[in-house]
Amino acid sequence: MEQVKCECGHVNPIGTVLCEACGKPLEEVPMLLDMRYEGSARRSQTYNQTIVDKIWNFFSSVKVGIWLIVITLVASAIGTIYPQQMYIPPTVSPAEYYEQQYGWLGKWYYALGFHDLYSSWWYMLLIALIGVSLVICSLDRVVPLYRALNNQRVTRNEQFLQRQRLFSRAQATDYETALRHVVDKLTKRGYRIREENGNILAEKGRFSRWGPYVNHIGLIIFLIGAMLRFVPGMYVDENMWIREGEIKEIPGTKGKYFLENKKFIFEVYEKEKEKEAFQPAIDRVGSGMMAKNYQTDVVLYERVGPVVAGEEPKLKRIKSFSIRVNEPLKHDHYALYQVDFKLDELKNMSFHLTDKQTNKSFGTITIDLIQPEKEYDLGNGYKVQLLSYFPDFYFDENGNPNTRSKVPNNPAFVFKMFAPDRPKGEVSFTAIRQTIEPLGDNKYKMSFAGIETRNVSALTVRRDFTLWILGVGGAIFMIGLIQGMYWNHRRVWIQRINDEVLVAAHTNKNWFGLKKELEGIFNDTPFVMPIDQADKRS
Amino acid sequence: MVQLSSTLLYIAFVLYLIATLFFGGAIRIKKKEGLDRWATLGIVVTIIGFIAQLGYFITRWIAAGHAPVSNLFEFTTFFGMMLVGAFIVIYFIYKTSLLGLFTLPIAILVIAYASMFPREISPLIPALQSDWLHIHVTTAAAGEAILAISFAAGLIYLIRVVDQSKSSKRTFWLEFVLFFLISTLGFVIVTTSFRVAGYEATFEWIDKNGKQDEMVYHMPALVGPHEGVLKTEGRMTPLIDMPAIINARKLNTVIWSLLSGFALYGLLRLVLRKRIAAALQPLVRNVNLDLVDEIGYRSVAIGFPVFTLGALIFAMIWAQIAWTRFWGWDPKEVWALITWLFYAAFLHLRLSKGWHGERSAWLAVIGFAIIMFNLVAVNLVIAGLHSYAGS
Repeated sequence: MEQVKCECGHVNPIGTVLCEACGKPLEEVPMLLDMRYEGSARRSQTYNQTIVDKIWNFFSSVKVGIWLIVITLVASAIGTIYPQQMYIPPTVSPAEYYEQQYGWLGKWYYALGFHDLYSSWWYMLLIALIGVSLVICSLDRVVPLYRALNNQRVTRNEQFLQRQRLFSRAQATDYETALRHVVDKLTKRGYRIREENGNILAEKGRFSRWGPYVNHIGLIIFLIGAMLRFVPGMYVDENMWIREGEIKEIPGTKGKYFLENKKFIFEVYEKEKEKEAFQPAIDRVGSGMMAKNYQTDVVLYERVGPVVAGEEPKLKRIKSFSIRVNEPLKHDHYALYQVDFKLDELKNMSFHLTDKQTNKSFGTITIDLIQPEKEYDLGNGYKVQLLSYFPDFYFDENGNPNTRSKVPNNPAFVFKMFAPDRPKGEVSFTAIRQTIEPLGDNKYKMSFAGIETRNVSALTVRRDFTLWILGVGGAIFMIGLIQGMYWNHRRVWIQRINDEVLVAAHTNKNWFGLKKELEGIFNDTPFVMPIDQADKRS
Repeated sequence: MVQLSSTLLYIAFVLYLIATLFFGGAIRIKKKEGLDRWATLGIVVTIIGFIAQLGYFITRWIAAGHAPVSNLFEFTTFFGMMLVGAFIVIYFIYKTSLLGLFTLPIAILVIAYASMFPREISPLIPALQSDWLHIHVTTAAAGEAILAISFAAGLIYLIRVVDQSKSSKRTFWLEFVLFFLISTLGFVIVTTSFRVAGYEATFEWIDKNGKQDEMVYHMPALVGPHEGVLKTEGRMTPLIDMPAIINARKLNTVIWSLLSGFALYGLLRLVLRKRIAAALQPLVRNVNLDLVDEIGYRSVAIGFPVFTLGALIFAMIWAQIAWTRFWGWDPKEVWALITWLFYAAFLHLRLSKGWHGERSAWLAVIGFAIIMFNLVAVNLVIAGLHSYAGS
């Protein structure tokens, strides 16, 4: 590797602007030195030959980074104009929905793919490019910056000092005593002092220079964590509907865990029950109109023993818990969240077998709407067969009864009723508020006797092994941010050259704070407070 | 307790007004040696006002049993309080009374704007019943408030440096910013006037699903709802009906605010006979530009980490607990990300590209516009999970 030797004897890598050791400018530079990266040799500013150099130089530019940020920002904003696909009703086709709701703008929004913007390939690409930019920008700067700060010498080239923004020059009278006094004050303010031949370098807060690089590392870890979501098995995201009284396998746990829903509770704010302070608010929206609590009381079970097909699993009770919004049930990295519910789903339906003429009842059957029996024997020669069952009944396009789902929203039955005087049985189609007798006039009918209902709760099952990585990334990012933002790297040089005292000072930011601090240090000493040369220029 | 709380907020509001006048006085008086009496009075009154508002916050917290940051009124008021708090801190670092003259009116506007929304103490819906409500919302508001200080500083900078001797893009956009502040005042005045007058007009209208519904206006309807029929007698009939996908009542409020903004702005121009920024310029003539630039930068440097912590990190933790996922591209989340990206760009432009001074000041103004958009528009216009906050 080519190298540049400074007159002070220090050997610098090629491309160095200010000698790492003494600070002497090695190239033509403006009157006030640009101290941003200590004038160190950055790869991107030095090499531009190969394709690798060119790619490196492209991504190491902060300008490119800022453009990437701004493009991402604008794209993100576009994505909020209309709701994203995940927030529209799941039953409608997005193509129709956007046009219907938002007119021709909605149509174009959908056509351009903005309805699913955040998972589009180009949005992902933008985020990935920001990631690449973060890595290359940081590497391009942090390595030479570290070298420069590590190699800096106490005694600096005169040019370096007088071309600092804060600088003063005065006759040296009683240098030694004055220097002790100033060094004392600097030490009290937390400066670390290095001395060499009566020259001083006072420095504090150097670690804040690493803040940006630390926070960029945090961001990279965060982005890697986010990327891991695409790796199968890193996370589970399932939904389950569970009825009161039901025991169900928890999806996503591969048959390991089971859940029992003891009870679902839905509460609202009622005027009488709430404290005085809430009365006006409840009055405005109406008593009983505002949700107070969604809660599922559950028992968690674990399967013991091996899985045998067709056999009831053996379960061991682990714990009882009340799952509420903001209070998920957590166990073995799984979390179960309260997300939705349905009140009063039909559970049982009861019918009397009655004589149509006399209205006499010959017994009552109760049908479990989830697992109905095939036959209900009422004794004395009376029995009812269930020929067909439609939990969610409707007439399909051919006019035949059919079911939309397995959920008993609108149950309908085809009964065959047997009686001693009707040994061959009579067929009746019975639905809510409607009875059809397909084979003519029956003697008997199934008359509605009552229903029982229960609540159904919807839970989301989550397990996410990427969370801790995101957490670590976020924490490192915050540490780096605070490190870089809340501290400053300040340096003061005091040097005697030919009976003159030269004082120079530099900070990476917050010049106001540095100046105030220096005023406090230099006010009652023979040294002259450094003057802001940037002021003079303007 | 509830009554006491409202009274304290009212006292704080009045004190902020008085403090603004004192800070104004501090500019007029030529600086003499020693203490600047007016500025001292100003900051003392500001602090008393801040304590009164803190009293409002605490008493309301006690009355409700939860931190009063759960709806648009409470959140925006808290944001106003944080703005004053951030100003007090920055004042003690930099001792510039001019910053008070610009920050306090913004805080006053913010609090006045907040009180246009329902002010009852409301119980919490299940999603909000968490300690993270206090942690996330207060930190996010504090971060935004500190960032907003850079807007005040930026405004001072721009009023000072934009050349008012000739009309230019810069004078136009500066007037545009001031016009928006004036329109907020217009919104407050119009809303309050019609509220005091008890104006109410009920419409029957057809929503986008073809269903008939009722809509109550509290301002005369310039634009009516889709196929709206006025049901209240003696009220103004709308000039034009809106299509069903537009919320006509909100649009009507926006139109009234802008109209009153234009009226106020026009009146001011007539009285002053020059641009508002030109009229304000003498106030800032003696300001140290480098110092104002530094204040703007400092407030971004301090506010950015606080904002990141509150509006992104705490937000993600809570979202994971309440909504089962730490990030869901809800509009409010996205706009928090946009705000964050914007200030990240601001910092990179400043640190690496040397965007100081006027450029930095313009950026601070845009940043504040984004924060306000997230506060106002995302709650009221773009529907999302956070929109309950608007109620």
